Amino acid sequence: MTDVIIAGIGQTPVGEHWELGIRNLATAAIRDALQNSGGLKPQALFVGNMLAPNLSNQAHLGALIAEYTGLTGIEAITLEAAGASGGAALRQGYLAVSSGMVDVALVVGVEKFTDKIGADVEEATATENDSDFESIHGMTIGAQAALLMKRYMHENNVPENGFAGFALNAHANSVANPNAAFRKAIKAEMYAKSEMVSDPLKIFDMAPHLDGAAALVLTRRELIPSDWQGQPVKIAGSAASTDTLALHDRKDMLRFDTAQISASKAMKQAGIELNQINFFEYHDIFNIYAALQLEAVGFAPRGQGWKLAEDGSIGLKGRIPCATLGGMKARGFAGGAAGVYQAVEAVTQLRGQAGANQIAGAQFGLIQSLGGAASTAVSHILQKLG
Amino acid sequence: MEIPRHWRLKKQRYGLVGEVCPHCNHKIFPPRDVCPNCGDEAKEQFAFSGKGEVYSYTTVYEAPAGFDANAPYTVAIVKLEEGPMLTAQLTDMGEQPIQIGMSVEMVTRKMRNDGDERGVIVYGYKFRPVAQNAIAG
Ligand SMILES: [Zn+2]
Repeated sequence: MTDVIIAGIGQTPVGEHWELGIRNLATAAIRDALQNSGGLKPQALFVGNMLAPNLSNQAHLGALIAEYTGLTGIEAITLEAAGASGGAALRQGYLAVSSGMVDVALVVGVEKFTDKIGADVEEATATENDSDFESIHGMTIGAQAALLMKRYMHENNVPENGFAGFALNAHANSVANPNAAFRKAIKAEMYAKSEMVSDPLKIFDMAPHLDGAAALVLTRRELIPSDWQGQPVKIAGSAASTDTLALHDRKDMLRFDTAQISASKAMKQAGIELNQINFFEYHDIFNIYAALQLEAVGFAPRGQGWKLAEDGSIGLKGRIPCATLGGMKARGFAGGAAGVYQAVEAVTQLRGQAGANQIAGAQFGLIQSLGGAASTAVSHILQKLG
Repeated sequence: MEIPRHWRLKKQRYGLVGEVCPHCNHKIFPPRDVCPNCGDEAKEQFAFSGKGEVYSYTTVYEAPAGFDANAPYTVAIVKLEEGPMLTAQLTDMGEQPIQIGMSVEMVTRKMRNDGDERGVIVYGYKFRPVAQNAIAG
């Protein structure tokens, strides 16, 4: 199969962009990515978005964003898979380009959370749960994560503040990322004293929901112009998997099967073993998800994922660096853009452009985008080409 | 608000009516007409006893629109005696501390804020501690 290359990356800072609507955010990231690609001309646009029909009363983002980017006429659609929308859009772009039907694809993830606040945002995000059998009982996404976290701590004797390491790592890594919302390291006491959202879930166990957009330009290796100056990064593996929406419908809710299945398929396609992965951008919208992903992918045995945050294994110099530019916890969670930010940051690492946070000798990165509590997981292996 | 949807779900909301698989005897809630255990068709109705135990629980302070008037409230995953799990609020807790493993039983309660735009009040299952029921009758 021909190599699919990420030839351009673009992003806006994640934050409260009062002055920018969803179309402006997407356009800014796309223009950044197209410029970064050296002026490749896209034929198709894949938009990852989670909640625009609800949060912004705006559907049909494909045509809208194409128009505002000056690309009217090209094929464009939206992909929605809750928090995995960005990963899903990347996978569709990959499939289109690798099939040969599209030569250059644009992938953009975008979300505008801050036009609504409080109970309205809770109502919107709760639509990713099972509406008839979870949300009607007042279940929020935070409550879902708290239910998992409570059971996990109960079964595995995790001490109070046992998840602090995830937040500390993310915030330490965000300092050097100019696009991160919170560029400040935190101390263990700050985590311990942070507000309780849904017992045992503290505010530092979850990522802030903010605005942002990130974009990628994909093409096949042989189509790259000979005078192209960039460092090619290849999509070496791509896979997706689904599970029940409702936690209560799982045989074993403390096992993220979709994370396991999609990661192992992507690794198999890439032809690599777990120990060849140099860093892992997990979907740390909640710290408990990060722990369960570390276990599902195979970096830790069942019930031990949280210890990798305790003992420094996920640090920049650890065994498996995670959230290397701040993750969702500190860069900020921008819904359908989240999975595309992961790709942008992984490419930054693989190009050797991560500055103070550079993982020395990084050749393979795993990125994993989750929808809900891993009801969808999309995994990609990105590879630096020599 | 979505009257047909709430009407459609009334057997589950008021009676915990699910299904039993005629092929492997697996008990199914919520109903889905396909057995999650063996994959065969399963359309035979089965009313659950409403007895179970708390598998996990948490408190919601920041509630979605429609639930905010009742916050804070406790949401739990309950493992039913017959096997399946479901999500429900815990109610009538009094001073009792909640614990994983505690016995609970189904009661019918109001699910959302009163007086939404259509004035529809949605009723459905919640769970309360079994011990307290013995005292309160
Ligand atoms: Zn069966």
